[in-house]
Amino acid sequence: MVKVKSILKWAFIGLILLFIYFPIIFLTINSFNASDMIQSGWMGFSWEHYAYFFNFENEPLRVVLQTILLALIVAFLSTVLGTVGAIGIFYSKKRASGMLSAVNRIPVINAEVVTAISFALFVSFFSIDKSTYVPLVLGQMILCTPFVVLSVIPKLRQMDNNLYEAALDLGASPAKALFTVIIPQILPGIIAGFLLSVTLSLDDYVIAAYTKPDSFKTISTHIYGLDKNNVIGPQIKAAYWAFTAIIFFIIVAVVIAANVLSYKNARSKKK
Amino acid sequence: MTKAKPRFSRKLLAIPYGLFLAVFVVIPLFIIIYYAFTDDAGKFTFEYVRVFFNESGKGFWGFFTSYNFKTIMQSLFISLMSTVICLLIAYPVAYIIAKCKLKNKSVLLLLFIVPMWVNFVLRINALKELFVWIGIYNKSDTWNIVNTIIGMVYDFLPFMILPIYTTIIKIDKSYLEAAKDLGATPARAFIKVTLPLSKAGIMSGVSMVFLPSMTNYVVSNYLTFRNVKIIGKLIDDYFTGDLWHDGSFIALVLLLFMFLVTWLTGGFSPDEQTDTRGTSLW
Repeated sequence: MVKVKSILKWAFIGLILLFIYFPIIFLTINSFNASDMIQSGWMGFSWEHYAYFFNFENEPLRVVLQTILLALIVAFLSTVLGTVGAIGIFYSKKRASGMLSAVNRIPVINAEVVTAISFALFVSFFSIDKSTYVPLVLGQMILCTPFVVLSVIPKLRQMDNNLYEAALDLGASPAKALFTVIIPQILPGIIAGFLLSVTLSLDDYVIAAYTKPDSFKTISTHIYGLDKNNVIGPQIKAAYWAFTAIIFFIIVAVVIAANVLSYKNARSKKK
Repeated sequence: MTKAKPRFSRKLLAIPYGLFLAVFVVIPLFIIIYYAFTDDAGKFTFEYVRVFFNESGKGFWGFFTSYNFKTIMQSLFISLMSTVICLLIAYPVAYIIAKCKLKNKSVLLLLFIVPMWVNFVLRINALKELFVWIGIYNKSDTWNIVNTIIGMVYDFLPFMILPIYTTIIKIDKSYLEAAKDLGATPARAFIKVTLPLSKAGIMSGVSMVFLPSMTNYVVSNYLTFRNVKIIGKLIDDYFTGDLWHDGSFIALVLLLFMFLVTWLTGGFSPDEQTDTRGTSLW
C-alpha cells in the first residue's frame, strides 16, 4: 500500500516535469532539424539553424546580445537604487517605511500592462524622447527595483544592528560603516535582487513594447513581432529554436552542477 | 566630546528611491485617472465611462451583451481556470517535495523553477510549435480557450509552487506530531493543520497567477493566432488604436480590481510577504 502511494506520488511529479519540459525538449530536437517548418516533420540532422544564429550578419544574435546588455544595465541600476532604498526604508520611522513598502508593492502586484501604459502615458505627457533609451531603462527599472528591495529587506532584518553602531563608535565614518559593515552582510540579498532583475528584464515584453525606441528590438519583442506579422521567413524563427536549445543545455548543466555540489556537501558533512 | 554635526541618518537613504517611486509609479497612476476622466481638450468628462458601459448603444443593460463585457467574462473564466488548475498541480507538487525524504530537495525544486530562465516568449513559442505539431493550434474556438489556459498554467506554475513550498517547509513538525498523538488520522491532520498553515502560501500563489493570467495577452495572442481576447489585450488594443482615454478607463477598472484582490488576499500586510517569484531561491 505504501509502495503504491509512493509510486503514484513520483509518477505525478514525473508527469508535471514532463509537461514543463516537453515543449522545450521538443523545440531542442527541432533545432537540429533541417527543416524550419515544424509541420513538415523530420528532414534530417543539420547544424543549419545554429550556423544562422551564430552569424553576426543575422538579426537574432545581435538582438540577443543587446537584450542581455540592456538587462545588465537595468539590473545594475535597479540593484543600486533598490539596495540604497531598502536600507533607507528599513531604518525609516514606522509610518514612512510602511507607506514606502506599500508603494513598493504596487509594481509587483500590478498587471504589467497597466504599469506599462501608465508609464507610457507619463512618457508622452512629459514628451520624453523614446529614442534616448531613457524610457526603456526607467520602465524596466520600475519593474525590477521593487524586487531588489523585497530581497534585500529580509537580510537587513537578519542583520545584527549593533555592528553598525560599534563601527561608528570605533570611529568609522557612516559611509565607511555602510560599505564595510552593512553591505557585506546583506550581500546575498543584493545578489539575489540583481539576478532576479536580470531575468525580469530579459523576460519583459509589455514594458519594452511600450517604451523602446522603434528600431530597437529585444528577444521578446522580436519573436512576438515575427508571430504578429508573418512576413519574415521562418529562418529567423528557427534560429531562435537554436537559441532556446542553447539555454536549455546551459540549464541542464547548471542543474547537474547543483546536484553534484549538494551531493559533495552532504558527503563532506558526513566526514 | 560633543559632535558638531548630527550623525548621518540612514533614513535619508530612502529619499532617492522614495522620489523614484513617487515620480515613476504614483504619478503615472494619476495620469491614468486623468486620462480616464478627461477628453482630448483636457476637459473633465464621464464620456469614456459612458462609452465603456454603453459601447453597443443599447443602454445600460446592453452592457451585458457588449464586446467589453464578453471579453471581461472570457478573461475571468480563463484566469479562474488557470488559477484552479495551477493550484491543483502546484499544491501536491510542493507538498511532495517538502515532505520527501530526499537530501537535496532544493535540487528537485530547482527542476520546477529553472524553465523560468528561458525567456518567456521563447517558452510560449515552444508551446505553440508543439500545438502546431499536435494539430490543436487555432483549431476551433474551444481549442483556443483550452490552449490559452494551458499556456497560462505553463507560464505561471512556478509562481504557485514556490510560495506554497516555502510555507509548507516552514511548518513546525511538532504540530503534526501533536495532531497524531491526539488521535488524528493523517488526512484529518492535513486538513486541520497543514492546510490552514499553508494558507499564506496559497494566497500569495493565487495572487501571482490570477491577475497575470487576466492580463498577459502575449500568451493568449501567441497561442491562438490572436483569436482569444483577454482584458490585457483589450487595454492594449485601445492604446495601439490611439484610443488612450478609453484604454485608461479600463486600466483604471483593472487597477481597482487589482487593489481589491490584493487587499482580500492580504497582500498589503507586511508580515505576510511570502516570497513571490522566489527571491530567496537564488
